[in-house]
Amino acid sequence: MLAFIIRRIGQALLVLLAVGFVSFAMFKFMGDPLENLLGQEATLADRAELEERLGLNDPIPVQYMQYLARAMDGNFGVSYRVGLPVGEVILSRLPATLELAALSGFLAIFFGIIFGIYTAIRRDGFIAQTIMTTSLIGVSLPTFLIGVFLIWAFAVNLGWLPSFGRGQTASVFGVELAILTWSGFKSMILPAVTLGLYQMTLIMRLVRSEMLEVLRSDYIRFARARGLGDRAIHFGHALKNTLVPVITITGLQLGSIIAFAIITETVFQWPGVGLLFINAVNFVDIPVMSAYLLLVGAIFVTINLIVDLLYFVIDPRLQADRAGGGGH
Amino acid sequence: MSTLPVLSISDLIVEFPTRRGVLRPVDRVGFDIARGEILGVVGESGAGKSMCGSAIVGLIDRPGRITGGEIRLSGERIDTLSQEKMRRIRGKRIGMVFQDPLTSLNPLMRVGDQIVETIRTHLPVSEHEARRRAVAALEEVGIPAASTRIDSYPHQFSGGMRQRVVIALALAAEPELIIADEPTTALDVSVQAQIMALLKRLCRDRGTAVMLITHDMGVIAESTDRVAVLYAGRLAEIGPTRDVLSSPRHPYTIGLMASTPSPTGGADRLSQIPGAMPNLRAIPPGCAFNPRCTKAFGPCTSELPVLKPVGRNEVACWLFDDALTGNPNKAEENA
Ligand SMILES: Nc1ncnc2c1ncn2[C@@H]1O[C@H](COP(=O)(O)OP(=O)(O)O)[C@@H](O)[C@H]1O
Ligand code: SF4
Ligand SMILES: [Mg+2]
Repeated sequence: MLAFIIRRIGQALLVLLAVGFVSFAMFKFMGDPLENLLGQEATLADRAELEERLGLNDPIPVQYMQYLARAMDGNFGVSYRVGLPVGEVILSRLPATLELAALSGFLAIFFGIIFGIYTAIRRDGFIAQTIMTTSLIGVSLPTFLIGVFLIWAFAVNLGWLPSFGRGQTASVFGVELAILTWSGFKSMILPAVTLGLYQMTLIMRLVRSEMLEVLRSDYIRFARARGLGDRAIHFGHALKNTLVPVITITGLQLGSIIAFAIITETVFQWPGVGLLFINAVNFVDIPVMSAYLLLVGAIFVTINLIVDLLYFVIDPRLQADRAGGGGH
Repeated sequence: MSTLPVLSISDLIVEFPTRRGVLRPVDRVGFDIARGEILGVVGESGAGKSMCGSAIVGLIDRPGRITGGEIRLSGERIDTLSQEKMRRIRGKRIGMVFQDPLTSLNPLMRVGDQIVETIRTHLPVSEHEARRRAVAALEEVGIPAASTRIDSYPHQFSGGMRQRVVIALALAAEPELIIADEPTTALDVSVQAQIMALLKRLCRDRGTAVMLITHDMGVIAESTDRVAVLYAGRLAEIGPTRDVLSSPRHPYTIGLMASTPSPTGGADRLSQIPGAMPNLRAIPPGCAFNPRCTKAFGPCTSELPVLKPVGRNEVACWLFDDALTGNPNKAEENA
């Protein structure tokens, strides 16, 4: 088991190293940082001097190592646009994105699993069929359209919920969170639903098809032959077996919520890292872009790692055979 | 519990409505199983053996359903019971053993929990008592170190041991009837005999009636008291095992026996009869066996033969109908 975990962490680090290289390459080769730093009147001598000072003349691998070392320290350079350290800028925006992603991830998993189970168990029922048909819309409509529609319905027409911004925040351990205030929570609902809808639909369809598969399996048939009731069969036997394969894909979905947040944050002007990234793209603010890339990569890799370990906890077949094999 | 048979089915029909007409995987099948008796059910793959078993426990896949006949368990009619009442009979009064022990158990649940769950579904006992019984059940089916193995997962057992666990599960609530659907087919040859011996011993000890579905004539010869031969969903012949094996009457049964060299016979049992069992969509009129039968004559292609007593067997074949012009075969048999 330990060997598995160590190997898995090793793989995660390798992936991170690769992502780090891409973001380093972006930092290094896209745009010209000196142009931005030096301004119009700089002489060639100024330029050479700065190049030397920033270590831009060192061999690429050395520069990469330096880049990584700085990244470890949370030092991603200075934002061209706001003139503040990138680490600081991102850190101040991160809670907004994380709380939004957490809420929509929760909504997506919670309702995805519930609807998935329901539509599997009541496969031929009217409500189940309606949910399945509606869910097609969820998958096929682009996120920004859903966002715009929700704004039109709930903010413009009904006036129940705010259409942009984050509302008020409250501070816990120095972290500003909107979900803790009423106005903040209200502001979160529309973006969270928009962001989570697609993932919810996917999770629901996945849970449904896995569950149907499991319900056809021999051990479910045997469980019925043992006289177990529907509840015991659906929730005691089928659900856990359904969730084993669902976990992997769901984990990946959650990772992509952070990435998808770019669109939702733009539509709702939600001041998170996604919006920061879009603004950075507009200003060709390379340090912010490359740091964002690294951040999203790190989140993906971490989630993946957790998912794998979870898989391991939930499925006894993957664990070492502690009770020993039983010959006859 | 008097002289009533434990299981009594008569004229059982199972039908599947499909777009291209109604299929009948079980067509007017009837037989009894007495207390402590083992009835073997043989027939080619697709003959309707498993479907019969599913019908008895009320677990036919949709859209199939029982459309005729009746099923009685110790005299009580059970094919008309509500789903909930039927559920309470499954596992309690009728236990089942399926073919593949590797897939019969929930892979994510400890075997002990699966036994405890079954016991507590049917008997009003505490968790602790159920666990004690589960250990006893595992000991009884010959699992060594049952009190520790009870906490193992299915994948930690070998195939033979897993089938023992499945048998323990089927017997956990002391059912009157066990339906064992090819219980040894998926097992290693070396453990097949052990598992059959175990099943036989446990059921004899308790007086449990057994419906043993198999296509292994060796198993039939060694383990059953009576045997029913199914062909295309219909009963071709039924009788005491000794009589069916030594003097089969129905041409299909005869072919079946001829292709079985020894009681412990190996593979290719049925391949000796030329042709194949008809598809359910294309059952020929009259006797379903007529395209393959070398003795087919007048009525075979138009009239459905019904079961008639012949010696100690019952046979559904026109060759044994007295009313038909002086039956030579039958005279021969009786001579
Ligand atoms: N769910 C189903 N729908 C339609 N036909 C089925 C279904 N299950 C089984 N059958 C048909 O019923 C017949 C009997 O099957 P089965 O009882 O499994 O045969 P056996 O156990 O004797 O090999 C077969 O022709 C099979 O194709
Ligand atoms: S009824 Fe006719 S076709 Fe059928 S088994 Fe008897 S002789 Fe052969
Ligand atoms: Mg079968």
